[in-house]
Amino acid sequence: MDAHHNIVRVSDVTKTFKMGKVEVRALQGVSLEVKAGEYLSIMGPSGSGKSTLFNMIGGLDKPTSGKVYIDEVDIAQLDAYELAWLRCRKIGYIFQTFNIIPVMTALENVTLPMVFAGMNNDAAVDKGLELLELVGLGDRFQHKPSELSGGQQQRVAVARALANDPAIILADEPTGNLDLSTGEEIIKLLKTLSRETRVTVISATHDFKMLNVSDRVVWVRDGSIDKIEERDELSISVGQIGAREAAATGGRTE
Amino acid sequence: MMTEKYPFEQKSDAGKGPVKRLVVLPFRKSVEISFKSIKARFFRSMITTLSLVLAVSFLSFVYVSNDAANGLLAADDPDLRQSLIQSGYDLAPGADRVDSSPKQRWIAILSLLVCAVGIVNAQLMAVTERFREIGTMKCLGALDRFILRLFMLEAGMQGLAGAAIGALAGGLFALLNAWFMFGAAAWVHLPGVVVTGSVIKAIGVGCVLSLIGVLYPAVLAARMQPVEAMRAEH
Ligand SMILES: Nc1ncnc2c1ncn2[C@@H]1O[C@H](COP(=O)(O)OP(=O)(O)OP(=O)(O)O)[C@@H](O)[C@H]1O
Ligand SMILES: [Mg+2]
Repeated sequence: MDAHHNIVRVSDVTKTFKMGKVEVRALQGVSLEVKAGEYLSIMGPSGSGKSTLFNMIGGLDKPTSGKVYIDEVDIAQLDAYELAWLRCRKIGYIFQTFNIIPVMTALENVTLPMVFAGMNNDAAVDKGLELLELVGLGDRFQHKPSELSGGQQQRVAVARALANDPAIILADEPTGNLDLSTGEEIIKLLKTLSRETRVTVISATHDFKMLNVSDRVVWVRDGSIDKIEERDELSISVGQIGAREAAATGGRTE
Repeated sequence: MMTEKYPFEQKSDAGKGPVKRLVVLPFRKSVEISFKSIKARFFRSMITTLSLVLAVSFLSFVYVSNDAANGLLAADDPDLRQSLIQSGYDLAPGADRVDSSPKQRWIAILSLLVCAVGIVNAQLMAVTERFREIGTMKCLGALDRFILRLFMLEAGMQGLAGAAIGALAGGLFALLNAWFMFGAAAWVHLPGVVVTGSVIKAIGVGCVLSLIGVLYPAVLAARMQPVEAMRAEH
């Protein structure tokens, strides 16, 4: 398998939400190719359609038109079992709200996807402990989410996303509910993982700290792609980023 | 099952050897998760189960009271027969069995119905509270039937515990009541096997009721798309 095949291909995807008589066109023809091992950020102001695109790529929602291919397989063609398998084995999800299952401990949260994948209990526990160690929570495995800080919960979520060695980690504003330095730690963690395990990271965000670590940045605006920038094009000064932010959010302060 | 076509087989995992393309949730693990879930929400589970406890205890009370009365009748003692008639049993001359009165039957059925509605209501609320959890599980690869199974197991365990407590309490109360009315004779002539059967029957009815009550909420939860489930809470 060549290292640079397209792991994700989004082809002219549109998504229209109907709310009564009002139609919201959240995505208006998005096409995008993501190479295996890439660290991609999807940037854009609030309401631009990042989460909607995230849901399409993750197979969590169906496009109104257009196609999403994971590993060149059209995910609209998958039945419920294959879709569940895709979510379990191919993709690891990270959410803004952490979404750690509240009644389970950190370790149980991390092992759950491995249970679904059919791994036996001892192996799952071993690997779960290993992963928690990797994200720096080796000693907190018995804690419930309510006993963990936001940053720690997000670390558990990262470990859980890695449980079945997915090809893709999808993150929707992973730092959105975290303070500056904790957010930075999570970003560093994701970057380290992407470098060491060659997992593809796709992250929707409006956190400009993400820019420094991204291989490529997709700028989304009003449901379509504004522009795609490679890493070397991104070597811009903080001042310009500030100006860009102001422009992108229409002068609104975040 | 779905083992014929694996769209990802030839693609990226070719090097990893044959891996089953199925997601699973072993039964033991389901039980474990359900049990922990009940434990973590113990208070809520208790409230859900309380009406079941009451309804089943009434049912069990009716059953066991009749069993005790039948035991007394079977003793073939005119005095006992007389005191049975005095305490309100409708005994035609020559009848050798008592049965629950239509009134008792109606109250039992009504209380069970009310209880079923209460369970549906409580479970709907419980499911709504857990939309995010359900959505997350689906993102981790859970199939609809895993979610359904988890909810059914929870309801089954709650039902079993609640119905057992209710049935035993109701049965005990019926025995005390019989002793109070007919003295030691009620205990002497008590048909033990039949009483045990009645209590088990009441427990069974309670379990079935609990499962019926959770069916609709659980199907609703299981069918949810992950995005819907995760958005619903806001
Ligand atoms: N389920 C839905 N029903 C109706 N409209 C929706 C739904 N989901 C999203 N939208 C609309 O689609 C548009 C894009 O939403 P989306 O959540 O993708 O934005 P976003 O870029 O993720 O924003 P944020 O940065 O605030 O998370 C918005 O106008 C939103 O109101
Ligand atoms: Mg969003």
